[in-house]
Amino acid sequence: MKSAVIVFPGSNCDRDLAVALEKVTGRAPAMVWHRESELPYGIDLVAVPGGFSYGDYLRSGAMAARSPIMRAVVEAAGRGVPVLGICNGFQVLTETGLLPGALMRNARLNFVSRPVALKVENTQTLFTSGYNAGEVIHIPVAHHDGNYQADADTLEKLESTGRVAFRYAEEVNGSARSIAGIVNEAGNVLGMMPHPERAIEAAHGSTDGLRLFQGLLETVNA
Amino acid sequence: MKARVFVTLKPGVLDPQGKAIHRALEGLGFDGVNDVRAGKLIELDLADGTSDSEIEDMCRKLLANTVIENFRVERPSSTGSGQS
Repeated sequence: MKSAVIVFPGSNCDRDLAVALEKVTGRAPAMVWHRESELPYGIDLVAVPGGFSYGDYLRSGAMAARSPIMRAVVEAAGRGVPVLGICNGFQVLTETGLLPGALMRNARLNFVSRPVALKVENTQTLFTSGYNAGEVIHIPVAHHDGNYQADADTLEKLESTGRVAFRYAEEVNGSARSIAGIVNEAGNVLGMMPHPERAIEAAHGSTDGLRLFQGLLETVNA
Repeated sequence: MKARVFVTLKPGVLDPQGKAIHRALEGLGFDGVNDVRAGKLIELDLADGTSDSEIEDMCRKLLANTVIENFRVERPSSTGSGQS
């Protein structure tokens, strides 16, 4: 599987994500700078990493969403290429309109950085086939703006069509319906606040994140 | 030519920052405050002849996230507003 990691000024999980992808796919991802206007040819997965792109100026993810490379990412997503946005990457994907809703300031205004319990709500997505339905996994979060909000119709639609991939199994940030991760209508774009790339080795305290990448690899190669 | 863009949270969207400001005001003894909503003011210095619709385009494409925010444009000569 050929993957690409998008790098913005202020990204800080790009290298962790690259390590996770290389560990699982056996191939180092292409690191693609935000000023590029095209993705490398034949990419099977685009990963948008966590961090503080453009210093979170204006709104988290707002500037990154308008960078040249994101036009190429939106276009690739439209062709069905899997796109994974983690933390700031999730914020960027909502700002581009690839995913509905918005990530707002945490309800209690604090930066939350700790492992959290997540319930896997849908294992029938490209990204979650490595998990069992209803399974509770443990993956760290580290964010200030992770409070997922959308209008009532959007939330209802996400729920009724199985697009809530992950839900917090504990109170974390005030997200509507405890939503931690969602997929787009076509199912090839996932945005999630928790960091699966920070739970891939025993030394991380959990390897639950590894199965996301393994499941994705299996689905893409199938 | 200057324009001012006011970006505010839509009614009904939770505003944790506004709530915290509200609580802090109460803590200072200001008990007549019913509610607080925090927003942004963005000042633009524009080329002469920039049209209202261009500014509105700027708001929709970048300055406001219309999923959660409304914007209002104030210009010396004219005013326009966007609700979506």
